[in-house]
Amino acid sequence: MINLAIAVGQTQAPEAVLFWVLAPLTVAAALGMLLVKKAVHSAILMASVMINLAIFYIAQDALFLGIVQIVVYTGAVMMLFLFILMLVGVDSSDSLTETITGLRPMAITAAIGFGGLMVSLIGRATIGREAVGLQDANANGNVKGLAQLLFSTYVWPFEVVSALLITAALGAMVLAHHQRIQLRPTQRQLSIQRFRGASLANAAGLPGPGVFARHNAVDVPALLPDGTPAANSINATLEARGDMLSSGNFELGKVDTSAGEEK
Amino acid sequence: MDAANYLYLSALLFTIGAVGVVVRRNAIVVFMCVELMLNAANLAFVTFSRINGDLNGQVVAFFTMVVAACEVVVGLAIIVTIYRSRRSASVDDASLLKR
Repeated sequence: MINLAIAVGQTQAPEAVLFWVLAPLTVAAALGMLLVKKAVHSAILMASVMINLAIFYIAQDALFLGIVQIVVYTGAVMMLFLFILMLVGVDSSDSLTETITGLRPMAITAAIGFGGLMVSLIGRATIGREAVGLQDANANGNVKGLAQLLFSTYVWPFEVVSALLITAALGAMVLAHHQRIQLRPTQRQLSIQRFRGASLANAAGLPGPGVFARHNAVDVPALLPDGTPAANSINATLEARGDMLSSGNFELGKVDTSAGEEK
Repeated sequence: MDAANYLYLSALLFTIGAVGVVVRRNAIVVFMCVELMLNAANLAFVTFSRINGDLNGQVVAFFTMVVAACEVVVGLAIIVTIYRSRRSASVDDASLLKR
């Protein structure tokens, strides 16, 4: 089945259709990655670019690399990115404001120059013959061909790369390891702190979020008796992210007394 | 279809990634743009492999993927460490050596 799909994909016209449909989508997603404000959206667009690239690999007879691209990149690497995004939180550094004056026009000029140079170079360069294609090299199957190269010619780089992987895993563990400088306060110490502290305001714990009877979700601050929102009733991260709703949205403008008692 | 079209696409993606590294301020987005550049290079390797009828290009792309995976792991660990000490993932805020 998959061999048939590849055979169909490699005749001239279908591959051209595939390319001209997916290539603009890929470029648009890559450009969107630069332009969107939120890092999470960038990550999603990046994942779509990677899936498109995997399709291009498979269309070009690199079946193994296409599958690895999906498993390693869209699976593991993008998941790691999203995980770190959630860990680090979404903060004001997402803003697109220019901190170095003139950086953006300069970057765009340099990019147009570099891109133009690359495109014109590729356009002028020839190898003096038609593209060979991988039919012969893949005669025994793409995975077998790759394995033969990897475990003969490239066996030493392969070993070195495995050492690199282990070193990277160790390095990440060392970097991410967090050593506590002071002891975690015990429940008893916390309790003493609450009651012997300057004020007894938080002695009974922090207020819970939500305007009861109107909206009791965690993204709405509770109201104090004088009608002002209690800032310490919601998580500070929600406020920093701008995900906090104002309790004013849930104020009763006028009490609706028109409804009668339901029988 | 001419296989060189893939090379044009690869050059375009590489350029977009390079602009992203320069323009964006969030360290994680900068990192994703570096990944985009690596991927663009991989696409060029796969295309050259097809043009030359030789699997060596694909092996190189495979090694690039492994190195990219290592780079992501260490880089994200560095970002987490910087975030922990400076409470920010912006590349502008890590300017301790400037002062």
